[in-house]
Amino acid sequence: MSRNQLNLMRRLITLICLVFSGQIFALAAIEEWRTSNGMKVLFVAAPELPMVDFRMVFHAGSSRDGERLGLSLMTSALIADGTEKLTADEVAQGFESLGAEFYSSADRDSAVVGLRSLTDAKLLKPSIALTQQLLSAPAFPQSGFARVRQQTLVAIQAKQQSPAAIAGIELMSALYPDHPYGLPKEGTEETLMALSPVELKNFYHRYYVAKNGVLAIVGNLTSQEAQQFAQQLADSLQSGQAASPIAAPIPVSSAQEIHVDFPSTQTHIFVAQLGMAMNDPDYFPLYVGNHVLGGGGFISRLMEEVRSKRGLSYSVYSYFQPMQQTGPFLVGLQTKNNQVEEAKEAVETTLSKFLTEGPKQEELEASKQNITGGFPLRLDSNRKIVDYLAQIAFYQLPLDYLETFNEKVEAVTIADVKRAFRRLDVNKMLTVTVGGKQ
Amino acid sequence: MNRIILRSLAICLLLPTMGLFAHDHNGMGVHEYQLKNGLKILVKEDHRAPVVASEIWYRVGSSYEPGGLTGISHVLEHMMFKGTKKYGSGEFSEIISKLGGRENAFTSYDYTGYFQLLERSHLETSFKLEADRMRNLLLTEEEFKKEIEVVKEERRLRTEDNPSALTYERFVAAAYVSSPYHQPIIGWMDDLNHLTIQDIELWYDQWYAPNNATLVVVGDVQPEQVFKLAKKYFGRIKSRELPAIKPQREVPPIGERRIKVRVPAKVPILMMGYQVPVLTTAEKEWEPYALTVLAAVLDGGASARLAKELIRGEQIAASAGAGYNIAARMNSLFMFDAVPAPGKTVAEVEDAIQQQIVRLQKEPVSPAELARIKAQVRAEDVYQQDSIYYQARLLGSLDSVGLDYRLIDSYADRIEQVTAEQVRQVAVKYLVSERLTSAILEPISLSTQTNKKDKS
Repeated sequence: MSRNQLNLMRRLITLICLVFSGQIFALAAIEEWRTSNGMKVLFVAAPELPMVDFRMVFHAGSSRDGERLGLSLMTSALIADGTEKLTADEVAQGFESLGAEFYSSADRDSAVVGLRSLTDAKLLKPSIALTQQLLSAPAFPQSGFARVRQQTLVAIQAKQQSPAAIAGIELMSALYPDHPYGLPKEGTEETLMALSPVELKNFYHRYYVAKNGVLAIVGNLTSQEAQQFAQQLADSLQSGQAASPIAAPIPVSSAQEIHVDFPSTQTHIFVAQLGMAMNDPDYFPLYVGNHVLGGGGFISRLMEEVRSKRGLSYSVYSYFQPMQQTGPFLVGLQTKNNQVEEAKEAVETTLSKFLTEGPKQEELEASKQNITGGFPLRLDSNRKIVDYLAQIAFYQLPLDYLETFNEKVEAVTIADVKRAFRRLDVNKMLTVTVGGKQ
Repeated sequence: MNRIILRSLAICLLLPTMGLFAHDHNGMGVHEYQLKNGLKILVKEDHRAPVVASEIWYRVGSSYEPGGLTGISHVLEHMMFKGTKKYGSGEFSEIISKLGGRENAFTSYDYTGYFQLLERSHLETSFKLEADRMRNLLLTEEEFKKEIEVVKEERRLRTEDNPSALTYERFVAAAYVSSPYHQPIIGWMDDLNHLTIQDIELWYDQWYAPNNATLVVVGDVQPEQVFKLAKKYFGRIKSRELPAIKPQREVPPIGERRIKVRVPAKVPILMMGYQVPVLTTAEKEWEPYALTVLAAVLDGGASARLAKELIRGEQIAASAGAGYNIAARMNSLFMFDAVPAPGKTVAEVEDAIQQQIVRLQKEPVSPAELARIKAQVRAEDVYQQDSIYYQARLLGSLDSVGLDYRLIDSYADRIEQVTAEQVRQVAVKYLVSERLTSAILEPISLSTQTNKKDKS
């Protein structure tokens, strides 16, 4: 049922959410080095399957768009669209006839370029060579540019028919009134029509550079092989300069309510405030505390109060989305239009009780047990390990992040959670509702 | 939340493109057992990480549901978390959570499944709890009254307020005349409104039995030990006589069907489906494989024809896809879906797809295309082994529609044996208007109004 919607969205534009619920991993051994032109590399050997994942992450997200909204995502979407010598068709045929998967995507903080390949040298070497060709001279051709712009316009339209998407746009815009996080990643019709291929090329050569990115590698390679391939990939980029940090957002000082009348049977409700950045010293108290509040699935308080006890919503949750700068904290749910007030009240009561009293000891223990006991599940595939490596490298988390993760979770106390959650103020929350007449 | 994602996966599995099978030329290494009460057990070792995926699959889903009871399999799936004689409502989830586990469930046309992902030492708890709720579910009016409202909210979220999902629901209902695939998995709202706890009880008693289930375990385990544990917990449950299943085969197609869906929306969509056989129904065994290759020629990546010709070449479609599900209980659809590029019409996209079909009927596909598909199948073979969850899903989904999991072993070879002429033949035989149903989403005006205020 949702398949078509999913396919549609996937094909229209590759938007990737770098929303990692936790961060963690405990690995065998992470090797770290820099390529000769300055790219940081993290590698974990995974010899069990004859495959390898390479993932580059650059500080090249939509927060770098300036006034040229849509620039980052358009650039990302066009990387595989050919080089001076190869057409987009030849690039696609090249990777796929090797059984390789090449992908690129962008979000607010970052842009990703990835390659998954078998490690059989007859397949891997040409896959790497083709990636090098692409990265060294992407063409950003006019025809591809026009096509992706059209596809992006359709993607923007598709969001306008989704109450959840509209609510998300309103939420970011109101939480970040004077900050790039508040602007639409895809751009607008107006800003997209003002863009040109040469701007994409300039953006690429400014931000897709060795010193502005990291490379994570997981797979069936020796250290030497990993170093050699890393060097080859990095050498296809200019050395360049690291981008300057994104400015910190300024919190909105008063409560706000936004309602969008929309012809839907349900109303989507978000209650939000600024949350935390990736390097926040209170990361663990907030993460563990939120697990109790609305991050722990069927055992969370919000699920219990809103869904299990009252049957008001199919999905209800809360999360902190840690970003380079302070990302949002939000509670989300949907309910039929005539139950909005009841649902809002249930959320407000649950939230305010949690902020005042904190978690109960047994709740905190239950959450800790889930988080620490489930640790092996975070690292049970190459895909998950490369996700974590890329995140550690990009956000400059300590290399022992995974190893010490469980201890840091265990160390969280009720007092820590209450103190850390003081940053949230029920009287200053933003409430966004999108839906039909009540 | 999780349950959302997982259930949409179940739906995706019914319309896959290339990557359905994780084949392994060295053999899947699956150990198969059966208890005396009929419970089938499939175990696959994967020792890469100290984890295990434990899944129980019941051979019942929306295609088993009679009129008036649509959606009942899915509602029962929700109720399975509401407690047994031994464990209170929600306690199943609490226990699994405290073990660090992740759990969820999914309902599809042909099956209902429950799974836990756990650190390997907790497999026994999974069996203990699943065996308990296979027989001892406590279905109360009080829990049902709340949960049915949750399911209705789910339907509103997934379908009512989602123009493309709504179009797909109506498309499917038009494409299948007599086959129960006609019915939405989540059920019609009117049927949900009239469902009773007595209906659920009867459904549970009829279908939840060891002889109607398969236990699939993939991970860091020893097969013999898994078998012993399964015997300990599931062995006591008695087998039951299962209802006779009527064939309910789809009537022969006798002419094209077209529907339109007009709802407030912004983006028009075209969906097209041709009635085709699947592995369980094909008279010629090679045809489903040829249809799979046909789907890959059209939509097996960025170099496939729809992306190359319609999206990049003619720039007539903003998106375009094709898909075919080889593994189903009954005849299925060879699907196309597309969104016109701005300034293009649905009719133009439809013409472009028809031209692609004519070309497939006239010209054999090129050796380069077949070579590309083979390379992708070989690579997918390996990539899919990266996820124990996916491996378990694959085994369970094949078994649940009546297919032998061993066909995973021969799948890549069978795909490689498909010839260009065979691809042409299935295009000639099946992609014909008599077999076609199409649906068009024609957006009607959608207006919104925003109000903002500062609270003080």
